[in-house]
Amino acid sequence: MTLSQGILLTIVLAPLAGSLLAGLFGRQIGRAGAHTVTILGVALSCALSCYVLYQLVWGGAPTYDQNVYTWFEVGQLSAHVGFLVDRLTAMMMVVVTFVSLMVHVYTIGYMADDDGYQRFFSYIALFTFSMLMLVMSNNFLQLFFGWEAVGLVSYLLIGFWYKRPSAIYANLKAFLVNRVGDFGFILGIAAVLYWLGSLDYAQAFQQAGRLEDLTLTLVPGHPWHAATVIGVLLFIGAMGKSAQVPLHVWLPDSMEGPTPISALIHAATMVTAGIFMVARMSPLYELSETALSFVLVIGATTALFTGLIGIVQNDIKRVVAYSTLSQLGYMTVALGVSAYSGAVYHLMTHAFFKALLFLGAGSVIIAMHHEQDMRYMGGLRKYMPVTYITMWIGSLALAGMPGFAGFFSKDAIIEAVGASQRAGSGYAYFCVMAGVFVTALYSFRLLYLTFHGKERFTVKAGHGAHHDDHHHEPGVLAHPPHESPWVVTLPLVMLAIPSLLIGWPTIGPMLFGDYFGRSIVVGEAHDVLGELGAEFHGPLAMVLHGFTQWPFWIAFAGFAVATYVYLIDPAAADRVRRALKPVHELLSHKYWIDELYYAVFAKGGVRLGRAFWRGGDAAVIDGAIDGSAALVARAAATLRGLQSGFLYHYAFAMIFGLVLLLAGFWLFGHV
Amino acid sequence: MPTLNDILTLLPELYLTGAVCMLLLIDVFLQADQRWVTHWLAVLVLAVTGWLVVSGQPTAPTTAFGGMFVRDGVAEVLKVFALLASGIVLVLSRPYLRDRELHLGEFYTLILFATLGIMLLVSAGSLVMIYLGLELLTLSSYALVALNRDSRLSSEAAIKYFVLGALASGMLLYGMSMIYGATGTLDLGSIRAASATSAHPTLLLFGLVFLIVGIGFKFGAAPFHMWLPDVYQGAPTAVTTFIGSAPKLAAFGMAYRLLDSGMGGLLVHWQEMLAVLAVLSLAIGNIVAIAQKNLKRMLAYSTISHMGYLFLGLANGTPAGYSAAMFYAICYALMATASFGIILALARTGFEAEEIADLKGLNQRSPWFAGLMALAMFSLAGVPPLFGFFAKVLVLKAAIDAGMLWLAIVAILAAIVGLYYYLQVVKVMYFDKPEGEPLRAQVDPSLRVVLSANALALLVLGLWWGPLLAWCQRAFAG
Repeated sequence: MTLSQGILLTIVLAPLAGSLLAGLFGRQIGRAGAHTVTILGVALSCALSCYVLYQLVWGGAPTYDQNVYTWFEVGQLSAHVGFLVDRLTAMMMVVVTFVSLMVHVYTIGYMADDDGYQRFFSYIALFTFSMLMLVMSNNFLQLFFGWEAVGLVSYLLIGFWYKRPSAIYANLKAFLVNRVGDFGFILGIAAVLYWLGSLDYAQAFQQAGRLEDLTLTLVPGHPWHAATVIGVLLFIGAMGKSAQVPLHVWLPDSMEGPTPISALIHAATMVTAGIFMVARMSPLYELSETALSFVLVIGATTALFTGLIGIVQNDIKRVVAYSTLSQLGYMTVALGVSAYSGAVYHLMTHAFFKALLFLGAGSVIIAMHHEQDMRYMGGLRKYMPVTYITMWIGSLALAGMPGFAGFFSKDAIIEAVGASQRAGSGYAYFCVMAGVFVTALYSFRLLYLTFHGKERFTVKAGHGAHHDDHHHEPGVLAHPPHESPWVVTLPLVMLAIPSLLIGWPTIGPMLFGDYFGRSIVVGEAHDVLGELGAEFHGPLAMVLHGFTQWPFWIAFAGFAVATYVYLIDPAAADRVRRALKPVHELLSHKYWIDELYYAVFAKGGVRLGRAFWRGGDAAVIDGAIDGSAALVARAAATLRGLQSGFLYHYAFAMIFGLVLLLAGFWLFGHV
Repeated sequence: MPTLNDILTLLPELYLTGAVCMLLLIDVFLQADQRWVTHWLAVLVLAVTGWLVVSGQPTAPTTAFGGMFVRDGVAEVLKVFALLASGIVLVLSRPYLRDRELHLGEFYTLILFATLGIMLLVSAGSLVMIYLGLELLTLSSYALVALNRDSRLSSEAAIKYFVLGALASGMLLYGMSMIYGATGTLDLGSIRAASATSAHPTLLLFGLVFLIVGIGFKFGAAPFHMWLPDVYQGAPTAVTTFIGSAPKLAAFGMAYRLLDSGMGGLLVHWQEMLAVLAVLSLAIGNIVAIAQKNLKRMLAYSTISHMGYLFLGLANGTPAGYSAAMFYAICYALMATASFGIILALARTGFEAEEIADLKGLNQRSPWFAGLMALAMFSLAGVPPLFGFFAKVLVLKAAIDAGMLWLAIVAILAAIVGLYYYLQVVKVMYFDKPEGEPLRAQVDPSLRVVLSANALALLVLGLWWGPLLAWCQRAFAG
């Protein structure tokens, strides 16, 4: 049983076809036509992805690594489109297409009243295509193409409501911050080509041993290992895409986009591209302890400190966004301790429950008539039971309740960090442990503020039903909140099922078994998951064991604090805020990082640009251009005066020319 | 006594001579409203002559009348395109002349005689033949410029042209006499052979300088260009179209015969002189064109600059350079007929359409002609992928190959300046609001077809220039 190229091409191209149809012929095929073609495309893609996964895991199909189309060949360098489909890829394909399918269906309900309906479907189908190109690539060039393409769609979708200044600000910010990351990424790719001589994964990994002896010296006396340079540069790309500190600032602002894409792009799939990329590059990363320590520290910092910000946010989507940042930090930590499978495993479980949380938040937002501030919510559980229950499932999975999907993956990461000897793992262990408390705190805070307690909104009939208008009076609704239509709740239920159950059958093979086979390479010396695997005795034992471990009790403490402060004694929240005023200030300003970037990079950039404009453009270039234009004009006027119209002037000019030639000839000629 | 072989070699020219005389007689018996007979007969005569040129072309260069007349590949290419250009001029001119009561038989006879002069000039094998052909061409041209006797401007232009032409002619003759004195022969081939061993090298070189003046005048290269703007502007547009196109091919032929066939041994000397003339022409042509408001005058200065580019190819002094220059001359002739043709197409009774401002908003009135004019302007400016671009590339390459990189750089800078006034015309046509009376283009179908074909050829030849260039290169290969 082998994988067929036709099926793989169909998987990639079906969403593209849907996107093109919806995008170019949106007006002709109408709203229903647009969502039908894109959903059919993505559903086909999803079904075939599942089939490919089945073939690889149960059918015994070998890894598929072939080029489909050669773009050009120059000397040794060949650029082509090709697929590398192994179990890692297949898992990503299923996650991407499944979440994408759910989001497509959900969008029918969420965007029902939007003018850009077809455009939106076209974009998200295009995103699915780009993401598949990224994960299925067998070479760095196509990886970069997919990388930039998902970035482009992300940019387009953050600014989907392009008339809102805040959306435009947010997509510009996302674009600029990702430039920084992509700059590192492309340098990393260049370094791979320079040292390993190939852009093909297979060939590059085969040659990876050569990196051992190679160094790069930028500062004399401090040579860097080639593997470290490549690892750090590629990871800088991942930092941009996967929003790691200090390049995380774009992700919270990206919530300006419609909620379905927050779920699909900014939680479940695109932002995890960096994690996937590092896992894919594990043969290179394993060569550099330094690069992995760098990854570890960045990840740990992201995991704890962005989670803390989530506690003080009032916008329901922003809470989930900061939670995403924090969870991406967990994945990065796992990469940093060489637990690549753990990172990818958390990526998968997180994709389900975080998409669920975002879509649930979206459902709440629909019910609240596009009010996103949790201070004006409360008591919604009786209005929207399905959303309520599924949100609880998602939150429990996120908080790491034993038995839920998130428990298995997060617990494994924490234990892997504990078992690691890598430089920085002590700091990382503290961060992920503290992060557990923080996660539980903001998760239950969100649930309590939204669904429990007193209603903090009023219903006033006759108040105009403005859907995406943000200028209405806060906390005043035209109609009572209501449960969302089935196209919205169905995806919630569909996502709640894996959030609840996916851990049980998968933890054994994926984390401690040989599911990933040779897709992921871990050196003998730091195979922390291998060590943990020795103590693994099945999921049930792990769950039972989980109740006796620190992470559970720390999470419980977070739950308890949240329950007391936000449910039992709401006034306590204010007291705590006053008591910890400096801390609250620090968090609500997000450590002033945005302000710092704005002051240094944005303002500095503008100042630099102005200096170049005044000094370079206006003075030098304009001066030279305008000056030469003026000179030409003066010359034209002068020379034109020579054409006097008098015959004898003309004749004189001719004689002058003759004399000139003769004289020149006489003086400089070769007589 | 001429042999049969002599007669056969000269058959196209003999046929043309006979046919023009017949046409002159036929025209005498025609009424003014029957002039179309003369018109189409003249076109037919040109076509037949062209056919005779191509069909009778010998495989190897042939001479006749004791070396006076040479029939080789160069002559063939130049004659074919000179006849083509003259034919285009005739078709484009008819409505213009008819509107102005200038539709006279003389116009056709003079144009055909001038064409005959061109054919003799480019086939010349001796100094006498050069002079004969040149005089036949220029005397016909003087008369053509004065065609509109009642126009003061036209007469003034004719007088200026005549006096300056006589001066240039005199210098040319003087130079020829010196060369004869130095070498003792009038035959170009013998001059070349004798120049190496001449007892009077200084005399020979002085003669060369005077020849260059004559050539420069014919081309309209600075500083021998002063006649050109006045004549272009003063002459009826139909005549300007002719003077701007076919005679440039003749000038190239004359320069090639004199400088390569005759003075090829003195390449290092005339190369430098041509380079000086090229720089002056490029600078003066392009810079002064900017200040022009009259379209014909602007095109006159543009001609001057284009002759500068042509000199780039000539100065190379190798077959590759000559073929680039000939390619450029052909290209320029076609661009000139197209751009002046638009003026002819837009002019009508009492309105010459020769000011740049007259073209304001042409795109709204007549988008097709505006498009053709834009094609011509872009080609003149040397914008890819049009004909003019590749012609420029070839001459620039010729200059660089000849080791005159500085000249190529000057030429490129000049092209940038030139872009301004060509684009100015395009801007006026497309972005300015129309003023005054609405422009109405001529509806004469033959004019429309020929003008469209001419302008579109600039695009087609720009995309598919291989065969033409190959033909030019073959001409110099032998």
